[in-house]
Amino acid sequence: MELTEEQVLRYSRHILLPEVGGVGQSRLLSSSVLVIGAGGLGSPVALYLAAAGVGHIGLVDMDQVDLSNLQRQVIHRTSDVGRMKVSSAKEKIALLNPDVRVTEYPFPLMADNASDIAVQYDVLVDGTDNFAAKFLINDLAILTDRPLVHAGILRFVGQVLTVLPGKSACYRCLFREPPPVGAVPTCSEAGVLGVIAGVIGTIQATEVLKILLNRGELLVDRLLTYDALPASFRNVKVRRNPRCPVCGDHPTITELHDYEQPVCTTPVIP
Amino acid sequence: MSVLIRIPTPLRPLTNGQNEVQETGGSVQEILDKLTVRYPGIGERLLDEKGDVRRFINIYVNEEDIRFRDGVQTALKEGDELSIIPAIAGGSR
Repeated sequence: MELTEEQVLRYSRHILLPEVGGVGQSRLLSSSVLVIGAGGLGSPVALYLAAAGVGHIGLVDMDQVDLSNLQRQVIHRTSDVGRMKVSSAKEKIALLNPDVRVTEYPFPLMADNASDIAVQYDVLVDGTDNFAAKFLINDLAILTDRPLVHAGILRFVGQVLTVLPGKSACYRCLFREPPPVGAVPTCSEAGVLGVIAGVIGTIQATEVLKILLNRGELLVDRLLTYDALPASFRNVKVRRNPRCPVCGDHPTITELHDYEQPVCTTPVIP
Repeated sequence: MSVLIRIPTPLRPLTNGQNEVQETGGSVQEILDKLTVRYPGIGERLLDEKGDVRRFINIYVNEEDIRFRDGVQTALKEGDELSIIPAIAGGSR
């Protein structure tokens, strides 16, 4: 893809980087990323990928913007309260970078629709807020052979893991199955410092760009954890589990399943 | 062996808000036993009825998952760090 004069200027700080250059920038412009969840994590992911010139961004979110979202979901504005999150986000992306095409999916990702959507994208980003979705998205990545950048945030902490299907450990190698309903609180129950979504979401966006550009060392086979209170980043090793039910040598999960897990439940804080 | 244990946010209410505690013990099991005595309630959050580490919680000695060593029998040496890392789910709403 030939860059226009305006694009050379817009992306000049990328093009100056030998690791990106004009070739890398063209690659970004012809890439596609599916961002699942247009909330706390999805906001910085979508904004930075749009700014970076990722040519096609898919946004999946069934929710409408709520006033309580604005403390951390920086793609939405006060005037967007009540609008579909995907529409609000699409509008901000268009204002930021007209090079980016956005496809809206204003419904939940489920076992019966997820694969058809995922196969249209190069990379998947998990910006969801519940274990049911996180396990579904992990299995989706493995079954459709799409790289996945997973993350979770809660209170003052966040976690990021990149999954390269067939090559690295997956989320299910790390945590075998969703915890029982109510065993682990979600943000809506336990709270989250809004900026954690920014820290972790921008790390996810960084991983996506590294995957698309084929540069650097990905967060594979290690879980990055960030704790804001002591201001510490730590890596723990994650190994591919040969007995993993979805990516192991003899998988028992060969198709997607929906998990029953209402998002708002009474927490039994572990 | 004196070991530093990193307590994840959701468990801190049980450790009087401390994010790191010190215990002495020769194995992960010994440390977990002592934690359970000192901070009532923490044991059942980490272990199931059979005494196995719950599947949505991982325990690391230094940077290594104990599942890939000797599980709760993993031996500890002076200065080891034990991290408890639960799955967390927030992100969107």
